[in-house]
Amino acid sequence: MSIAIYIAVMAAVTYLIRMIPFTAFRRQIKSRFFRSFLYYVPYAVLSAMTVPAIFYSTGSVGTAIAGTAVAVILAYLDMPLIVVALSASAAAFAVGLIIK
Amino acid sequence: MKSPFVRGAADGIPIALGYLSVSFGFGIICVRSGLSSLVSVIISATNLTSAGQAAGVAIIAAGGSYVEMALTQLIINLRYGLMSLSLSQKLDSTFNTWRRLLVSFGVTDEIFAVASAQNGRITARYMYGIISVSAFCWTLGTFLGASAGQLLPDSLGNAMGIVLHAMFLAIIIPPAKKSRSILIVVITAALCSLVFKYLLTFISGGFAIIISAVLAACVGALVFPIDDEKGRENKNEEIGVSGE
Repeated sequence: MSIAIYIAVMAAVTYLIRMIPFTAFRRQIKSRFFRSFLYYVPYAVLSAMTVPAIFYSTGSVGTAIAGTAVAVILAYLDMPLIVVALSASAAAFAVGLIIK
Repeated sequence: MKSPFVRGAADGIPIALGYLSVSFGFGIICVRSGLSSLVSVIISATNLTSAGQAAGVAIIAAGGSYVEMALTQLIINLRYGLMSLSLSQKLDSTFNTWRRLLVSFGVTDEIFAVASAQNGRITARYMYGIISVSAFCWTLGTFLGASAGQLLPDSLGNAMGIVLHAMFLAIIIPPAKKSRSILIVVITAALCSLVFKYLLTFISGGFAIIISAVLAACVGALVFPIDDEKGRENKNEEIGVSGE
């Protein structure tokens, strides 16, 4: 498996998804099911990518749980993305200092 | 009178600042997955997408197949197709094919959100402005994360590993709070993902994400289909709160 081919596949697929509708299609998607499906895809993808991976993202389940808790609370309070992201990291860091 | 490029670049600054911190986290993930700084930077410069890149690096680290890589990117980034479609209706008459080919590279959640919020038609120069500032910071942040990630003490580097996932939570939780259908889709996807991780362990990570996401989005589309008017409303709402 070559890194260059991996990256080429990633970049090509991602670009084609953006490029084809932007340059070629002029009509709206008709299928109600497909449009609904596309509407839900981002939420489904991000959720599947986050759970349970977030609990392994810091190398210690304890600090990850602390960071996740802070992220969930701040996200629930509609805080901006950067605030949520950096606070979660700060929480994980702080708890890491204590439990080590 | 500010030129459209400068106006676009100014609108891109808030996006760029967000990208800087998130891609810093991505750079760290790359190095921890065994990739070099150069490879990390090339990935960011050629892809310009957070969730897709994070999944891609996971597949590279796990030695997944190219088919798995292509399918994962297709599913994760499918939403850009919809955004491109929507944005293509808003382009001014000077947008020829070459400009479309160039600008379509930069259709991300945030750039799409800002561009669609513009009054009237959008020009290619305006899009060049937003995209160049945002893409530069996305790549720069990756470089800094990948380089500093090696210098940072483990405690700090480990803590930065959560940045990207925390941002994903910040994207999905506010709409899930407001919409029961999104909440159910989010929970379904998470449950599927847990089943793959702990029970169906023979399925690789990339495919687990695809299958979980497709299942959950199908459940949403079947149980809570969106009609034309509502779909439009929902979409605007989504653009308002989502980000990457």
